[in-house]
Amino acid sequence: MSIDARAIRKDFPLLSPDRAGGPVVYLDSAASSQRPRAVLDAMDDYYTTTHANVHRGVYAIAEEATRRYEAARVAVGRFVGAPKPATEIVFTKNVTEAINLVAYTWARRELRRGDVVLVSEIEHHANLVPWLMLAEERGIELRYVPLGTDYHLDLSDLDRLVDGARLVAVSAASNVLGTVVDLEPIVAAARRAGALVLADGAQLVPHRPVDLGSIGVDFFGFTGHKMLGPTGIGVLWAREELLDAMPPFLGGGEMIRDVRVDGFTTNDLPWKFEAGTPPIAEAIGLGAAVEYLDAIGLERVHEHEAALATYALDRLRDAYGDEITIFGPEPDPQRRSGVISFSFAGVHPHDVAQVLDTRGICVRAGHHCAKPLMRCLGVGATTRASLYLYNDEEDVDALVDGLAEVRDLFA
Amino acid sequence: MSGLEDLYREIILDHYRSPRNRGELPAPPAHRVEGFNPLCGDEIVVFLDVVDGVVVDLKISGQGCSISQSSASMMSAAVKGRSVEEARGLVRSFKAMMSIHEAQLGAEDGDDGPGAATPVIAPDDLGELAALQGVVKFPVRIKCATLSWNTLVQGLDELEAARA
Repeated sequence: MSIDARAIRKDFPLLSPDRAGGPVVYLDSAASSQRPRAVLDAMDDYYTTTHANVHRGVYAIAEEATRRYEAARVAVGRFVGAPKPATEIVFTKNVTEAINLVAYTWARRELRRGDVVLVSEIEHHANLVPWLMLAEERGIELRYVPLGTDYHLDLSDLDRLVDGARLVAVSAASNVLGTVVDLEPIVAAARRAGALVLADGAQLVPHRPVDLGSIGVDFFGFTGHKMLGPTGIGVLWAREELLDAMPPFLGGGEMIRDVRVDGFTTNDLPWKFEAGTPPIAEAIGLGAAVEYLDAIGLERVHEHEAALATYALDRLRDAYGDEITIFGPEPDPQRRSGVISFSFAGVHPHDVAQVLDTRGICVRAGHHCAKPLMRCLGVGATTRASLYLYNDEEDVDALVDGLAEVRDLFA
Repeated sequence: MSGLEDLYREIILDHYRSPRNRGELPAPPAHRVEGFNPLCGDEIVVFLDVVDGVVVDLKISGQGCSISQSSASMMSAAVKGRSVEEARGLVRSFKAMMSIHEAQLGAEDGDDGPGAATPVIAPDDLGELAALQGVVKFPVRIKCATLSWNTLVQGLDELEAARA
């Protein structure tokens, strides 16, 4: 059964037609999604009925806070098919922190001068700068899987690139191109080369089912606010034996088992990586978000977005032909998401987005935190419209109509 | 549309479509300076030819939105042929116009570096640059409008430092 986006929007206060300041056509979910009332209510209810610190108090509301926090962890872990959700799901601030956690703990213990980390040309800065920092700090070598002319990764030279690599760190889905990366051959090549695999799932997990038990990666990160959850909460998943062997990340309360004047021992997983009071309400909110997505069904979300992306690409090309350049793969339910980047009529993306804003249409303009990719594409910036479960054909039509005004103003 | 008309005045669109002083100067003898807007990836290159304290020529290259490009174009037309001191005064006036906060503080704030003692040209005398005043209503775009001006100041500072 297909998704009725209009009915879904009723669950999202910000997407109400009665919104103070006027209704918005929200086409920027790749930057941050909106959130349903169920998520806001779960967080409110925690604060208003049972707020206390977790893992500390012996009183009833503290136990209830702990129960909700840990239940959220298990719910989020099950949502992505984590084999051991109670121990392998580490809450972080966002996916950036999840990747940095791996860079600061696993990589700083394991990697030496000359060791190779293989990334790709489509990476978000979150999965690039931590490795560039390591390159600067200890002389690791970064190699790049190139972008092909079809806007998919060009894997033709993968075995040579991965040879000698200790880690392959790639996006599971591009935040700019809408490319969904085929992880299977990458994981297989990494295995042959003896390298571990980290996948940045920030643009994948919100949009289609993920099964961490079978995709074969070793580290996987994603972020709550792109999947209907609040800001300030993200996830690192890694296989238990890896997490066990990794040194701790931040030091402080919660992450210790014992502290003496001359040293400390670390707590069990996953708390070993959660120093200090965690974002409790945010974790509970993310738990409510995955419950909401589960009730709808991610397979349906995926089908809805794939159909809408095809509609949007067709309409943009029909309406504007050569005036629009779309930076991304052809429609393909398996290998393309609802992220659509384009340049339009020689008008700078800032100007495109500004004109669309006056019509209540929210799109992103800029380099999307992927400057190396922008250089590959030969542009400084693109305009990006990104789709989610609450968008429908009317939103796409509004975008197409708005672009006509952009053209008229600047042509 | 009312908001858009404030931002995209006809004179701005004219400078965007037909930028003045577009191009490059051989550097050296000209001084080349680059500016970036990390938010949107815009980059601008200003080529400055300063002789005996006068900006005898300048050219602008790089890429950016209509606001950054038209602001650079207007700046080039306004600054060319002026003394360095006048150019700095123009920068101060322009930046005052771009920042309500700064304007409210008045001219006494002394954190503008070497240009602080130069005379400020009243906004009324900014000529067609005043068309960019509407940008103030769009805070995100202020950085677009000031990119070329900050780059110019950087270039003038570098020239001054090299001479000292």
